[in-house]
Amino acid sequence: MSTTATVQDRPVAPKANTLELVQQSWIYRFLLFPIGQMLIFIAGATILLTVIAYAIAIAFPAPNPNIDLVTQINRQLPGMIISGVSIGFVYSMIALGYTLVYGVLQFINFAHSELFMVGSATGFVVMKALEDNGVLKEWNPILMILFMLVCAMTVSGILAMLMERIAYRPLRGAPRLVPLITAIGISFFLIDFVRAGFAITRNEFNLTYPVRSLEMFATPVRVAIGETTVNVRTTSIMIIISAVIMLVILNYIVNGTKLGRGIRAVAQDQTMSGLLGVNVNLMISLTFLIGGAFGGAAGMLFGMNVGTITPYVGFLPGLKAFTAAVLGGIGNITGALLGGLTIGIVEAFLNGVLVYYPALGQRYTDILTFSVLILILIFRPTGILGKRVDEKV
Amino acid sequence: MSDIVLHVENLHSYYGHIHALKGISVDVKKGEIVTLIGTNGAGKSTTLRTISGVLRPKRGTVTLKGQNITGMRPHEVAALGVSHVPEGRRIFPQLTVMENLDMGAWNVSDKKLIETRKEEVFTLFPRLRERINQLGGTLSGGEQQMLAIGRALMTRPEVLLLDEPSMGLAPVLVELIFDIIQKINKEQGTTILLVEQNALMALEIATRGYVLQTGEIVMNNDAKVLLKDERVRKAYLGEE
Repeated sequence: MSTTATVQDRPVAPKANTLELVQQSWIYRFLLFPIGQMLIFIAGATILLTVIAYAIAIAFPAPNPNIDLVTQINRQLPGMIISGVSIGFVYSMIALGYTLVYGVLQFINFAHSELFMVGSATGFVVMKALEDNGVLKEWNPILMILFMLVCAMTVSGILAMLMERIAYRPLRGAPRLVPLITAIGISFFLIDFVRAGFAITRNEFNLTYPVRSLEMFATPVRVAIGETTVNVRTTSIMIIISAVIMLVILNYIVNGTKLGRGIRAVAQDQTMSGLLGVNVNLMISLTFLIGGAFGGAAGMLFGMNVGTITPYVGFLPGLKAFTAAVLGGIGNITGALLGGLTIGIVEAFLNGVLVYYPALGQRYTDILTFSVLILILIFRPTGILGKRVDEKV
Repeated sequence: MSDIVLHVENLHSYYGHIHALKGISVDVKKGEIVTLIGTNGAGKSTTLRTISGVLRPKRGTVTLKGQNITGMRPHEVAALGVSHVPEGRRIFPQLTVMENLDMGAWNVSDKKLIETRKEEVFTLFPRLRERINQLGGTLSGGEQQMLAIGRALMTRPEVLLLDEPSMGLAPVLVELIFDIIQKINKEQGTTILLVEQNALMALEIATRGYVLQTGEIVMNNDAKVLLKDERVRKAYLGEE
């Protein structure tokens, strides 16, 4: 009697089977699932693009009769994939900043590309300082990268917080166009500020990372695949490893911690979060901090990869990352990741193929990349993972 | 007068230029259910919004257990023990039921205590236990209201502000929700300030009631007296 009564009074959640237990486990939720998702997506995108590349190679033979495009693509494929994935991760990390901020404020921070630039400049300053003090070659390279990452993330993260506190918060209730214009203003300010800073202290604003002086980065890693050997740049590997680690950490912060729950709650309903005791302004500040830190890290990794940067370096990657965020569905974190990877991989493939058509050349890469974006958005206006959400009242 | 938990005095609030509250004074004593009734636009929800800090009053004071909380920000008011369940429930649609409850316990740091409180909520609303991993947005209206109340109870508030808990619910569910409100009041001793369109039901469970009309209090008495009052019956209970 008494047992039936308790069962009726307190229905228990249905018993979880083994699969559900695995899905609820920490390792699955915060390691296997996000990394698996990335791998599946990268594999899918590369397979699709490889097919397209071969189709193009067969349909439009290269103008130069001595070049057989199919063999060229065979040789270049691994390189294209790796450089595509690595630049894709850079775009993803920037796109996360756009999407996180949009999630909580429904506002596009157009100055975000400058957080990337500042991260890039910070990386340069730190690396140069290490070189000037003669410790660059003594330090463990992994430790050095970690140190540069932390510096770039701290500077860009704090800068993002300041940006929000000083420029955006006073405009919280203003019409949407107003903070947007402020953001563009901040962007110009930061570019010229950094430019002036380097012009005064160094007499130039072309900043060359002392990457080449390190043996580790000067020579590519040779990987033998079948008969051909592929040169893989060390910086590409560095970007991929750092990005994966950071994205796993971000996924954990957002989905596995109280802070992340607070940020998600603020993104969904600011007023209600406040009523439950969440300090909404603090959550918004921390969102900017996280977004800025990711932008800064991306900037530093990008700087290591390209070698030379300028204060204007933020514009194109910023624009592409913004496109990536829209492509993936703005406000959606996984969407930003996938959007960035898509753009990176498409770009690398276009670069790899277009080089054989002298009439077009690699300079057409960006045009075609953005055309892909326009096409995708025509058919899915809310992006790959975006949902049709009604405007909140 | 130490048993007064919430003391609102001469509150004036504005929406832009619209003078929404014109000097509202309300007292809520420990263990009471006090209800604010009145027509649409009388200022019932505005009163709650001003108490919890969503709106800043132009004049007047709000005092919680002797502490002046006028003009504090919502999260500060919440930390002092005011739980506000706003109109329309405002469940986080993309958080699971469990996460919604965790949000309710934002200011509770003791993990064991959070678990105990969750158990209490599940005892009150067994239906929520079956839905712990479901997203808030997928719940039915009644379940959302249960979750909203459960979420507000996670902090064991000094005073619970309930705004239109019956709105949009089927009559059976309204009965259920009102039973639960009474239960919370009797069993947990929670002090409740209840805003309702459904004046009859509200007055039936309340200790005292205030009648609002265009931003002013026009009547204020024991709920039983108000229930019998001819003017109240005519204006709000739909009797001729």
